[in-house]
Amino acid sequence: MADNFFLPQASLDTLFAALAKDGRRILAPTDRDGRTELNPVDKPADVAKDYLQTILSAKEAAFPKVERLMSFTTGSKSVDLVDAEPHALPTVLFGVRPCEASGFRALDAVFNWDTRDRFFNARMEALAVIGVACTRKDDACFCTSVGGGPGSTAGSDILLTPVDGGFLAEVLTEKGKAMAALAPEAFKADPGLEKKVVDVPVAFDQPGLTRRLKDRFEDGIWVEQSLRCVGCGACAYVCPTCVCFDIVEESDAKGGHRLRTWDSCGGHMFTLHASGHNPRETQAQRWRQRVYHKFSYYPERYDMLGCVGCGKCTRACPVDMNLQEHLAEAAQA
Amino acid sequence: MDLREKSRQLLESGDVKAVIGYEQGTMGARRPAFVKKAEKADRLVFDEACAQNLATYLTRPEIRKLGRVAITARPDTLRAILQLMAERQVKEENVLALAGDGTVELASAQAIEEHLATSAKELPARDREILERLSKMDRAQRWAFWQGELSRCVKCYACRNSCPMCYCGHCTMDCNRPQWVPVASHALGNLEYHMVRAMHLAGRCVECGDCGRACPVGIPIHLLTFNCEESVHHQFGQRAGASSKLDYALSTFRPDDKETFIR
Ligand code: SF4
Ligand code: SF4
Ligand code: SF4
Ligand code: SF4
Repeated sequence: MADNFFLPQASLDTLFAALAKDGRRILAPTDRDGRTELNPVDKPADVAKDYLQTILSAKEAAFPKVERLMSFTTGSKSVDLVDAEPHALPTVLFGVRPCEASGFRALDAVFNWDTRDRFFNARMEALAVIGVACTRKDDACFCTSVGGGPGSTAGSDILLTPVDGGFLAEVLTEKGKAMAALAPEAFKADPGLEKKVVDVPVAFDQPGLTRRLKDRFEDGIWVEQSLRCVGCGACAYVCPTCVCFDIVEESDAKGGHRLRTWDSCGGHMFTLHASGHNPRETQAQRWRQRVYHKFSYYPERYDMLGCVGCGKCTRACPVDMNLQEHLAEAAQA
Repeated sequence: MDLREKSRQLLESGDVKAVIGYEQGTMGARRPAFVKKAEKADRLVFDEACAQNLATYLTRPEIRKLGRVAITARPDTLRAILQLMAERQVKEENVLALAGDGTVELASAQAIEEHLATSAKELPARDREILERLSKMDRAQRWAFWQGELSRCVKCYACRNSCPMCYCGHCTMDCNRPQWVPVASHALGNLEYHMVRAMHLAGRCVECGDCGRACPVGIPIHLLTFNCEESVHHQFGQRAGASSKLDYALSTFRPDDKETFIR
């Protein structure tokens, strides 16, 4: 059970200062050159006003677009390997939405599936999340269709819900308590505040979709839906739950580095084998992979969905491949 | 007659196998629609909000194998079609452009060229504003501007994949034996990618702005290729998309070249 408090708007300054004093970096949505981006901030005034969501997702904080895994130097008769150390700064993610906060769970499922990924885990251990519930949405949002909600506490250590003059603060986890304890004077007794969030109607029957996918693999629907897809990486790269990565090496005669980078099922090189064979040769097969990975394979393997309904992919797609709409269509006959 | 009626006729008569057009999308957007059956033509819309350059679909394998298609075309799309013809990627007999309000049939390269001669190109206000700012900067400031912008790039390749002139099945970016350009989206990987892209579009960019429109993180990346295109125009006196018979300025030798060193 969460401990509820009232956090006056002015007390945010106290909280931010206390977090900084504790040596934590604060990442929050900022408005830079007209774009809502996640950036380090010093004070609440740096945080974007009236944002819906950032363009890219919060997954960057635990799974950056490029990460060095190891380095090597090549001698005349030897190769020296040096493991890279995770670059995990104590970080507070402030102001992420409930959908994204819950997205880390889907990353965790893969990064801790059989091997515990050092890099992801080091970053997650150093990360605490202060989510902010949604009082606004747009047509791309569908969190409530995938088990989330605009006021969902999942994934947040503290969840703030805007109320008159400040926030209702739900302190949810040990990490949340530790943050609150850094600035006890900021958290006032809850006078019985009402948690009011935006209404997001359920758009499709997700359990029905997951069942329906079982016999839809060879259906022509994937060809039809994907005709306009141009096969880029935008949807996967903005997605808080897309976890596919590529491992590449950059080297010269003297040595080099092994890097992990984001990968995307949109691109035609995705799952291309060294033999030249690709089991997902056409855009339709790759689009199908996107849907199945999130709504069939994830439930099957990890007992959860690989999508939190944030709608970022829909907003980012250059050709408006509206995910919610395609899922609703696929859930039907 | 309107576009929907025209499309129905074209599909019913078998004149074209599909109409590539726009339909109503999410949040007021227009998006590509592929209409293969006459009874589906009612989805089509063609208005000011239709921004994407649909010519990019003409070279996709799924579309190529259909045979002759009609395509609703704004002037940018028409220029891209001409340039694709000049580069021998699209055959005149395989495309019917529907221009104007969507009912003006342009069935040949010549018809497209004549139609284009009557339309003037104007830069959108945001582009003009950025170019204005850039023109007041010195080289170091411009470098800083682009470094700031490119630091946002995630190398999703939406700019490449939405560009009608980026039709290569296997792009230099994808060559990994050896890997010419770093895969990673770090400073060097981003810079090399965008340099290669800008150079490869110099003299070929039809200045539709679709790459910039596609960028999820809002980088005005089209201004790089615009600039290269303008410089080719300035140096060689020709513009991509002006004609279906155009030699590529950067790889064509002419005995009467104005530069003496090359003769
Ligand atoms: S698939 Fe789209 S809606 Fe689902 S989590 Fe990813 S970006 Fe959000
Ligand atoms: S769905 Fe959209 S964003 Fe994703 S690969 Fe296709 S065109 Fe790109
Ligand atoms: S679309 Fe934007 S983010 Fe994607 S590769 Fe191009 S410039 Fe980079
Ligand atoms: S480079 Fe950009 S502006 Fe030029 S043709 Fe391609 S998409 Fe259009």
